[in-house]
Amino acid sequence: MSVKILTVITALMAAAPALAADALSGNVQQQATNWPAIIMFLIFVAFTLGITVWSSRRTRSAADYYAAGGGITGFQNGLAIAGDYMSAASFLGISGLVYLSGFDGLIYSIGFLVGWPLILFMIAERLRNLGKFTFADVASFRLGQRQIRTLSAVGSLCVVSLYLIAQMVGSGKLIQLLFGLPYSYAVVLVGILMVLYVTMGGMLATTWVQIIKAVLLLSGASFMALMVLVHVGFDLGDLFLQATQVHEKGTAIMAPGGLVSDPVSAISLGIALMFGTAGLPHILMRFFTVADAKEARKSVFFATGFIGYFYILTFIIGFGAILLVSTNPAFFTPAGQLLGGNNMAAIHLAGAVGGDLFLGFISAVAFATILAVVSGLALAGASAVSHDLYANVFRPGASDEEEVRVSKITTMVLGVIAIALGILFEQQNIAFMVGLAFAIAASANFPVLFLSMYWKRMTTRGAMAGGWLGLLTAVSLVILGPIVWVQILGNDEAVFPYKYPALFSVIVAFTGIWYFSVTDKSAAGAQEREKFDQQFVRSHTGLGASDASGH
Amino acid sequence: MQADIYNRIQGHPDFQKLVQKRKSFALRLSAVVLAMYFTFILLVAFVPGALAHPVASGTVVTWGIPVGVFIIISSFLLTGIYVKRANTEFDEENQRIIEECLRG
Repeated sequence: MSVKILTVITALMAAAPALAADALSGNVQQQATNWPAIIMFLIFVAFTLGITVWSSRRTRSAADYYAAGGGITGFQNGLAIAGDYMSAASFLGISGLVYLSGFDGLIYSIGFLVGWPLILFMIAERLRNLGKFTFADVASFRLGQRQIRTLSAVGSLCVVSLYLIAQMVGSGKLIQLLFGLPYSYAVVLVGILMVLYVTMGGMLATTWVQIIKAVLLLSGASFMALMVLVHVGFDLGDLFLQATQVHEKGTAIMAPGGLVSDPVSAISLGIALMFGTAGLPHILMRFFTVADAKEARKSVFFATGFIGYFYILTFIIGFGAILLVSTNPAFFTPAGQLLGGNNMAAIHLAGAVGGDLFLGFISAVAFATILAVVSGLALAGASAVSHDLYANVFRPGASDEEEVRVSKITTMVLGVIAIALGILFEQQNIAFMVGLAFAIAASANFPVLFLSMYWKRMTTRGAMAGGWLGLLTAVSLVILGPIVWVQILGNDEAVFPYKYPALFSVIVAFTGIWYFSVTDKSAAGAQEREKFDQQFVRSHTGLGASDASGH
Repeated sequence: MQADIYNRIQGHPDFQKLVQKRKSFALRLSAVVLAMYFTFILLVAFVPGALAHPVASGTVVTWGIPVGVFIIISSFLLTGIYVKRANTEFDEENQRIIEECLRG
């Protein structure tokens, strides 16, 4: 097996850890064809397509299509949220980061987790009580429908496209590494399956794909962590001791390294991860699939548990790989580099603890993971177009059937675009994309959504000004920042010195909303403020909220 | 009709009490999460040595590990604490207020 090493990934990991670990990037060399993995993946595809056909029979109304009829339980939704959130890149990227620098991987995981309790305390139940299909339903509840929905749809589509490109490129890299198949196979296959799941089975199929993927990923990762613990006789102290003895950085892997070094970046990254999570359209959409606020709260409880458990597993897996992979010359090139790059640490560990068949299983699961994430993204993007733009901006009063049809057409268009961009971006540096998606979610979607529920004096004018300013600031600062301006465009020095713009763009958004709301003396603005009280009562009591059967 | 009920609920003294109770509970829990996370991330940025300190002499396990795992587990437990109270006490109170206001 001849392999070239992903020095690029490693370099990106060092340069932009938070971004790189969630976007597999860099040059990869196709591996030998891995038949067990391909066969197990095909079984997964056959099974999920079966579920899609079953879902399609139960998907009749718009509420079925967008929100699975509101019939998902809190536990199921918690698993599905976890399935949406635990991407292939976070499984391989975080365990790879732990393998490479130990403790730093934990810092990164914690940042991704702490947004969840805040989502529960601040927005989950209000979101469920006010919304129907998309978060724009909530943001535009008492404000100008056309304006706010356009803003929210643009915000959603930006986030969805950036995330989709990162996932498509990641799938291409993964298929080469895991299955030994060409890049383009993955991009086309993922694009087609995504369109099939979403157009045929809507939210119900998407939810079940996410649930199955979450269960498979959690089981596989649990088994690996268990085998690591068996290897050290369930003595964690021994695991860490042995790891420091064999790792080239020694005891430094037990301490914070260079992941976050200056306070501005630390706070900015924290804000991007926390507020960004609360502004991701595909995640917010999941709250409308449950019956009521009670189930919405339970969803977050279970999701936080599963995601937290998963991050602890990746930590053990990363350390296990230090013990069992880094000491085994079979996993290395003659030049002493890990086969396939550091993101492959977890995959090699699967082979080391479970043999070829388990290696195939984990490879199949890692790849299947991408399908679940892109399906959620495609549905969120299509809903922004059909429910927000088409049915509420361009064709108010469109029937449910028309709306769903537009959504399905949009999904197909998104599929084609995703395939095209996936191929176009193969050789590009995409490490900034997930970071930019989080920055936009935090700066455009979240402030408008949050203040629409919490601040009576916000008006359409304020929301528009602040939301667009936040969006533009986030995009500009990423372009002027070190990754795009220096690494991609080849300039000598970044105009904006920080990798994460969220601290600045979120402040711009909130300030913009505040200033243009308090100075809004229009009659329309006064009316919008008057409607706040009713919205407030509904958001607290759930009275008038769309119910499970009839939304 | 609907507007009328909303007004009645808003005028209900227990509704205001419930809103206050929920708000202060959610704010307190959020403050705990934010304090935990930002203390942690600022320690990482400013005084990484603190987390690099071994938990006992003779072990390689540093304070960073238990602290990190503690934040993950307590994030989960805090969501549990909120859900338990919101799904029982708050929801029952909420239901009672709605019924009283619907009856008129």
